[in-house]
Amino acid sequence: MRHVLSALVQNVPGVLSHVAGMLASRGYNIDSLAVGETEVPDLSRMTFVVVGDEHVLEQVRGQLQKIVTVVKVDDISSKEYVERDLMLLKVHAPPDGGRSEVRELVEIFRAKIVDVGAEELMIEISGRENKIVAFVERMRPYGIRELVRTGRIAMVRGGLGKVGKSE
Amino acid sequence: MSTRPETTNQKTQMMTGADVLVASLVEHGVDVIFAYPGGASMPLHQALRRYSDKIRTVLPRHEQGGGFAAQGYARTTGKPGVCMATSGPGATNLVTVIADAKLDSIPLICITGQVPTSVIGSDAFQETPIVEVCRGITKHHYLVTDIADIPRVVREAFHVATTGRPGPVLIDLPKNVQIDKMSVRWDAPMNLPGYVVSTPRAKPEQINQIAAAIKLAKRPMVYAGGGIIASNASEELREFVAKTGIPVTMTVMGLGAFPNTDALSMDMLGMHGSAYANWAVRDCDLLISLGVRFDDRVTGKLLEFAKQAKIVHVDIDPSELNKNKQAHIPVCADVKATLQALNEIVERKTDIGSWVEQCKKWKADTPFKYDENFDGILQQHAIRELSDLTQDRETVIAVGVGQHQMWSAQFYQFQQPRTWLSSSGLGTMGFGLPAAMGAQMARPDALVVDIDGDGSFQMNIQELATCHCENIPVKILLMNNQHLGMVVQWEDRFMDGKRAHTYLGPVHHAEALGDGKNAFAKERYPDFVMIAKGYGCAAESVSKKSDLRAALEEMINHNGPYLLDVEVPYQEHVLPMIPTNGTANDMILE
Repeated sequence: MRHVLSALVQNVPGVLSHVAGMLASRGYNIDSLAVGETEVPDLSRMTFVVVGDEHVLEQVRGQLQKIVTVVKVDDISSKEYVERDLMLLKVHAPPDGGRSEVRELVEIFRAKIVDVGAEELMIEISGRENKIVAFVERMRPYGIRELVRTGRIAMVRGGLGKVGKSE
Repeated sequence: MSTRPETTNQKTQMMTGADVLVASLVEHGVDVIFAYPGGASMPLHQALRRYSDKIRTVLPRHEQGGGFAAQGYARTTGKPGVCMATSGPGATNLVTVIADAKLDSIPLICITGQVPTSVIGSDAFQETPIVEVCRGITKHHYLVTDIADIPRVVREAFHVATTGRPGPVLIDLPKNVQIDKMSVRWDAPMNLPGYVVSTPRAKPEQINQIAAAIKLAKRPMVYAGGGIIASNASEELREFVAKTGIPVTMTVMGLGAFPNTDALSMDMLGMHGSAYANWAVRDCDLLISLGVRFDDRVTGKLLEFAKQAKIVHVDIDPSELNKNKQAHIPVCADVKATLQALNEIVERKTDIGSWVEQCKKWKADTPFKYDENFDGILQQHAIRELSDLTQDRETVIAVGVGQHQMWSAQFYQFQQPRTWLSSSGLGTMGFGLPAAMGAQMARPDALVVDIDGDGSFQMNIQELATCHCENIPVKILLMNNQHLGMVVQWEDRFMDGKRAHTYLGPVHHAEALGDGKNAFAKERYPDFVMIAKGYGCAAESVSKKSDLRAALEEMINHNGPYLLDVEVPYQEHVLPMIPTNGTANDMILE
């Protein structure tokens, strides 16, 4: 089972290292981890994708919650939520070979060309994981030069997503 | 207790960081600290000197000794123990202590000096990133870079160390922050949004659920652990057992929670627990698990552990529930409050007479035993004698790790909580002597005995100097068998008796290869009596069984630190024994 966990953490030095170290030392399998600031300057948001059964999930949650700088942990995959992954990808697409095809695919996938080089295009795309994966597969034949992904971020639908509010 | 100068009523005043830290310790009721100085902690020691009328600073002879002494103090009192070391090697010498405190849930405040903030990260002399090193083994940790944070950090550290499931907190204090002066706000509030402050209480319906399970049970057992000790719930446990008549078994961390002398005590369970406890857990239909964590040394094969039983699991740490063993009634709550609530509604179990009789019969038929006719002193015998001689006086027992530890757990009769100090989760050799020192500081009038093995003892033998120089009158009962006995036992049982670096004498001795012909090692090395005397401690050696009692009495009555070196054989095994991942049915009794 795939779970998306969202953790609100205190924005203090070492918290990422602490969380990552705990996950690694206890052998939990993390597919993706994304960290960023929130609307509250003292707090950051970590989004994890954890693969495992209910028992593993309960353990990960319990151990996360035990870290003093972790304020709150939510399993948002049990709720209605929006999930996104942002990717930057540099693909080989010279003007005389494939550039127009790549531009077409960019349009179909609602991606964006953000830099044009002599031989390459840099493309920005965001969306759910399967869309990103599909796009990577389409680009592969042209020759992917470089690829960067943010990891999954996610947010619960509706009005109760505010950082400061408790459930 | 206030340390603020009486001349000022203001909330701020000019002080150095070191003084702020030490004053904060005083404010939190610290009366003793075990501290070893060095370059990066000298300002702290200067401050300790200024506050010497409020805090006694004990100088250990190794940082690990200081750390375990702080643990001994904490385990004996329930108050946080405090230790201090300098940066780099001083700090890394505390790492084992911190890991140990984490696994046994001991409240500990560790303060380390750090190189100045301006050079942090430059591989400066005696620099280690100790907070990084210790992240996974502390309950919480701080690298303080601003003097203004010190009062808040100390307040938070004590709060985190002592509430919920207790544990170690590390405060790393760079030297420039110790020296800096500024006006400090004393009343800075804590900032712990992620730390649940309130002690969780069981919901009334959970209490009713447990009570109903007890009512239905025909073969109930209590499985009590260190959580009973940590939450000071020993009285409540005794009341619960007196009310219900349910037998009790304890983990190695739980010893003292319930008196071994009570007829309903099934004593310790697990790998080297009593046969009767392990059989009772195997056959029970309700296992009331209080402040325990279903450790592998207790359960053996998890699937088979208490297989027929409905499992009630009460623990303050939610991540322990369902971690190893799924509980039918998991309750995240303070065990003391839970027992108090239960004690109001539980009634005497009138329908478990035959079960209790069965438990008592097992206990009578298969007690912990040893060869009482052995010509010489067996470890078990020495410990039982010590137990008999000290039952009527306040006694605290500390131990190292190995056979002597298990025999102490089996043969010493504990009556009270916090009188048994054992490195149980981490199993750190060398724990005994420094832990005994800390216990003696906490309870100056009690008899404090470190029952030790010759392997463990040498891992912190330097603390004999601390005992002598600081007038700490601990006794050491040394079970000297010249071997690493527990490893020898495993070699004998599982590796055809092939000795692999488990003999502690010179390598040319026959015993080094397991070819010794006698019950006792040929020559004894080193001369512990001479070593103890060299450190200024009194010491005697005993090898005849008929001399043992007098020798023990002399040790007990000696006014000052004392080592009794007891010659014991090395072929003796700790029994019963359940091999790793085994079940109660795999128990080795002979």
